[in-house]
Amino acid sequence: MKYGLLPVLLLCFSSATAEEFNTLRTQQSSVTFVSKQMGVPVAGSFNKFSADIAVNPAKPETGSARISIDLNNMDAGSAEANDELGSRSWFDTRQHPVARFVSSHVTRTGDDRYEALGNMTIKGKTLSVKAPFTLKRVAGTVVIDGVFPIKRLDYGIGTGIWADTSVVADEVKITFHFTVGKPR
Amino acid sequence: MAERYTRTAILLHWLIALLIFTAFPLGIYMHDLPFSPDKLKLYSWHKWIGVSIFLLAIVRLTWRATHRPPALPEAMAGWEKFAARAVHFSLYALIIIIPLSGWLMSSAKGFQTVWLGVLPLPDLLSKNKELGDLLKEIHEVLNFLMLGLVLAHIGAALKHHFIQRDSILSRMLPMLRKKS
Repeated sequence: MKYGLLPVLLLCFSSATAEEFNTLRTQQSSVTFVSKQMGVPVAGSFNKFSADIAVNPAKPETGSARISIDLNNMDAGSAEANDELGSRSWFDTRQHPVARFVSSHVTRTGDDRYEALGNMTIKGKTLSVKAPFTLKRVAGTVVIDGVFPIKRLDYGIGTGIWADTSVVADEVKITFHFTVGKPR
Repeated sequence: MAERYTRTAILLHWLIALLIFTAFPLGIYMHDLPFSPDKLKLYSWHKWIGVSIFLLAIVRLTWRATHRPPALPEAMAGWEKFAARAVHFSLYALIIIIPLSGWLMSSAKGFQTVWLGVLPLPDLLSKNKELGDLLKEIHEVLNFLMLGLVLAHIGAALKHHFIQRDSILSRMLPMLRKKS
């Protein structure tokens, strides 16, 4: 079968101003974390996530972010830990497959330094978190970097026998690196 | 020449023996356990004991390099003396190499070793699954080699004590020395 070639013109209409960056460059972005087991820092990563970030580097305070993390695609540092993570006492991914962060407010805290206030939802629990970050313009993109701690037990992550914080520490450090460009 | 090892060597010998007799069965027991907080604890303790053995082994080897061990009995055949020295040399080597292989394996598996939960050891290797699995094999093989050598070592000591009835064992256990 042969179809006539139809010239397709894609027009991108966007409400965004020329200065708004709103397209995540997934390949150049990451969300990782460090947990502590028996005093040993163990690196992990969230391998699948999406982020709707809209930011104008001239006015970052007006920016917003909505991050969704697929908890079925995380690596906690070892095969046996990964096998365990979906279970009820950890993330219960059958009921709660996605973790979310939705920003509500961005404030400036210094030169190129900002803080996003927002709600983090994990395992059905929503808590307010503050995520400090830096913002840099790099070759036609905006690069956002930050680290913030959460307490796993506040969200009921690792209950029962795993609640023992002398084995797995309560605090987990989350590091994010987002590269945001303009629509291509 | 001295008839027995010095107090330092005796203390180190039995301390290292005690730690090996703890870490070895612990290693066998823990690696098949289902994932649990207890498993994480046992792994950490095993690593802490391993690091302790390594540190004591360095002291022991320093002692050995600066002291002459008591002579073997004249009555021993040449091959027996050779076998005894070969086993001693191999055990000295293994108490250094086995903890090293465990430390490297832990790094390759992505877990830094933090001695007693307080003192972090540097990671000489970065995380690499294939290398981690290979080092696990090496750690296991070396341990079973050591098991064989330890059994030969103990068997020889008992044979000397109960069959030959010589004073070999009292070099490391002076309380056994016959009153003359």
